[in-house]
Amino acid sequence: MFNPSHFAAVLLFATFASTVFGITQRETPKRMFRYGLYCWSLFVGSAIVLSWVMYLIAR
Amino acid sequence: MRYSQKGMAEAENKNAAAPKSAQGGFVFLPLIAGWLIPGAGHFLLRKWGRGALLAISIVCMFVLGLSMQGRLYANAHDILEMLGLAGDLGSGLLYIVGRAMGLGADSVQLTVADWGTRFIVVAGLLNIIAAVDAHNIRTGRKL
Repeated sequence: MFNPSHFAAVLLFATFASTVFGITQRETPKRMFRYGLYCWSLFVGSAIVLSWVMYLIAR
Repeated sequence: MRYSQKGMAEAENKNAAAPKSAQGGFVFLPLIAGWLIPGAGHFLLRKWGRGALLAISIVCMFVLGLSMQGRLYANAHDILEMLGLAGDLGSGLLYIVGRAMGLGADSVQLTVADWGTRFIVVAGLLNIIAAVDAHNIRTGRKL
């Protein structure tokens, strides 16, 4: 059984979803790469920010 | 005047490009192939790189979901299960083969298994996006 940490699961999810978003939502390879990177940063960034928010609320 | 001439030229170019991409044959073939096998719609249109990346992403996500003991939805007793089943069906043959082989957990008992279930559902939804993208390329709506 594959048992990743929560953060590793976020990274995997962000990588695969961003790849599909980049390829399907833009037309040229350069713009696909940039949009994929943008989506990946938003996925991972929002997960980190929300984690800190929940941590501070729980304290 | 100059602007409108330029616009006309662009429109002509678009019209010229559309029939080139809209080759003969069944127009929904890339859509159906892309749904059944991730990336197959793009392979049919000779978009090898895009197809390979889509196939790798979607298949990896589905397999990782299963290896995390995620659940493959089989029933539609309530609205959440119905939505999960709709997402799972987006994976096409991956879902059908997975169900036929009895893969996936019967019930979700671990946190990781819950993430796995989401991975499987999202893999199906991403596969639908990829199949629609192949259809758009086929019809000339996208390059």
